[in-house]
Amino acid sequence: MLRLNMALILVLLVCALSTVSSNHRARKLFTELEAAQKSARELDVEWGQLQLEQSTLAAHVRIENAARQKLGMRPPAPGEIITVEPESGQPPR
Amino acid sequence: MKSIKFSRSPLLSERLPVWRQRTVLVLLLGAFAALIGRSLYLQGFNNEFLGDKGRARFERVIDISATRGRVTDRYGDVLAVSTPVRSIWAIPEDAQPKPAQARALANLLEMDVREINRKLASEKDFVYVKRQLPPELADRVTALKLPGIHQKNEYRRYYPTAEVTAHVLGFTGADDAGQEGIELALNNQLSGKSGSRRVIRDRRGNVVEDVDSVNQPLDGKDVALALDSKIQYLAFSHLKRAVTQHHAKAGGVVVLDARTGEILALANLPTYNPNNRYKLAGAQLRNRAFTDSFEPGSTLKPFTAALAIEKGKVRFNTQVQTSPGRLTIGSATITDTTKHGTLTVAQVIQKSSNVGIAKIALSMTPDEMWSMFDNLGFGAALNLGFPGEVGGRLRPAKKWRPIEQATMAFGHGISVTLIQLAHAYMAFARDGDLLPLSLTRLDTPTTSGKQVFSGQTAREVRAMLEMAVQPGGTAPQAHIPGYRVAGKTGTAHKIEGGIYAKKYVASFVGFAPVSEPRLIVAVMIDEPSNGKHFGGEVAAPVFASVMAGSLRSLGVAPDAPLKPLLMTSADTVREEM
Repeated sequence: MLRLNMALILVLLVCALSTVSSNHRARKLFTELEAAQKSARELDVEWGQLQLEQSTLAAHVRIENAARQKLGMRPPAPGEIITVEPESGQPPR
Repeated sequence: MKSIKFSRSPLLSERLPVWRQRTVLVLLLGAFAALIGRSLYLQGFNNEFLGDKGRARFERVIDISATRGRVTDRYGDVLAVSTPVRSIWAIPEDAQPKPAQARALANLLEMDVREINRKLASEKDFVYVKRQLPPELADRVTALKLPGIHQKNEYRRYYPTAEVTAHVLGFTGADDAGQEGIELALNNQLSGKSGSRRVIRDRRGNVVEDVDSVNQPLDGKDVALALDSKIQYLAFSHLKRAVTQHHAKAGGVVVLDARTGEILALANLPTYNPNNRYKLAGAQLRNRAFTDSFEPGSTLKPFTAALAIEKGKVRFNTQVQTSPGRLTIGSATITDTTKHGTLTVAQVIQKSSNVGIAKIALSMTPDEMWSMFDNLGFGAALNLGFPGEVGGRLRPAKKWRPIEQATMAFGHGISVTLIQLAHAYMAFARDGDLLPLSLTRLDTPTTSGKQVFSGQTAREVRAMLEMAVQPGGTAPQAHIPGYRVAGKTGTAHKIEGGIYAKKYVASFVGFAPVSEPRLIVAVMIDEPSNGKHFGGEVAAPVFASVMAGSLRSLGVAPDAPLKPLLMTSADTVREEM
């Protein structure tokens, strides 16, 4: 009888300790999840900011100014455009 | 040493009365019973109070804010995006920074120290020190650790394309709710619903566990507009150039995709910068293409011609006598400033003869004309959900007098918005049918719409409109090398105080390439006052440059030889007003 009791107490102890440790592990994992979710949110925000930056840098006003002034580009004059016809066998001029 | 026998203590030898021990026993038992009862009451019967108190010490409800959806153009380029910012606020009673601290704060916020001190001296319980700061700057404010100074998370909306798309997008207010334009029209779709979660926090404020299931926030949905930001920029910059050059009061450009009904560009002047909204007046805010109707003038002539062809009253080459350049109906007289003699119906459109089109109009009944205008969508708002959209003015046919029927044929006595006008021209750009317009990108566009004219009629009018931009027409300036273009000018007097004033609205509506129309461009310039005021001189060049740039940007194959059009001033015909 005593031996059975001792064995049961031992089982109880093991169970109790494993509950404690698994709870602890659950909380640790939860903290990690929290951190991951937080960084996901921050990355989303950063993505928005980068998109904003991209749109600002790629603004058509900016590009037109750079093309015209820095690179000296202009739209082609009508005489300078050569149209390539895919069907016709003739080579383009 | 003599021992003392305590058992013989004289004090003990005296017996105490029994009631004393009993009293103590009863008192002690009673106290125990009271304790047990109390603990039973607190933990068994009425355990909510203590439970709440306990939870209040470790549980917190955290709001999870939802972000507002982004607005992009048809290719996914961002036109509006919300990004988190922080506002600095203070409880003036608690916030009494030392002079050095106040200076440090003022430096960080780029504010005057006196202004900060004035705000902190306020008698209110709550004042904003500065709103909508970038998070990095706000962190540096936190690092100052000033008492009574707090921060609040907010969102701020940025519009990278600023004034170019201002009228289409509109803007949001400080609470991130739409107030104008698309932001208001699609507010339900864009705005999210914030959620919340109940959590357990540890001593250091970290979240340890979710208690209930999380009430997930609903982020706003992203919206892809039909807008092509490149074409939008082209439209805006060419419009701006024309408005400046002609000292005009206002102007508008609309670009439609003739194959899908999508609005590819919509620009208005005067405009504003939605990122910096101080001193905004109503005139700048109006999206004129939607909210302002005007008498279109000659741009309406092709519709009357189309109806006459449709009803079998005239054909492409039917002769119309316009001599002597005047037509008297009742007490009013319609005039042409140039005498054209006998013209074909096609030439009436090409040379924009008022007398010619009035004669054609009078061969039909008011009801026929009214139902055509109604089918084209005049007189009723397009119902795109755009705030402030108007439908223009189209009076019921029963009230038309003959003179009115004649003037309506050349666009007076009827008013339309620029977007309605562009939409109506879709009937000619397509084979007589009208697709509904769309502000948002369509992934599966409808391929056929409401039939207004027959395909044959539409093709004939298209040929007339092509003549108008060739030498001998009213708008050779609308010609684009490499493409076949069709269109019609309009120059209308403005009504001021019930009479026609010497102020004009110049317009041009057209489409290209004629062999397979892809784009419709409508241009309106309000009160050009730098010497020129004809649609062919003011609006047609804007049309040509916007159309040429857009066709090139979309990679539409040229359908005409790349010959520049040689023009002499004798080739241009002044249109009639």
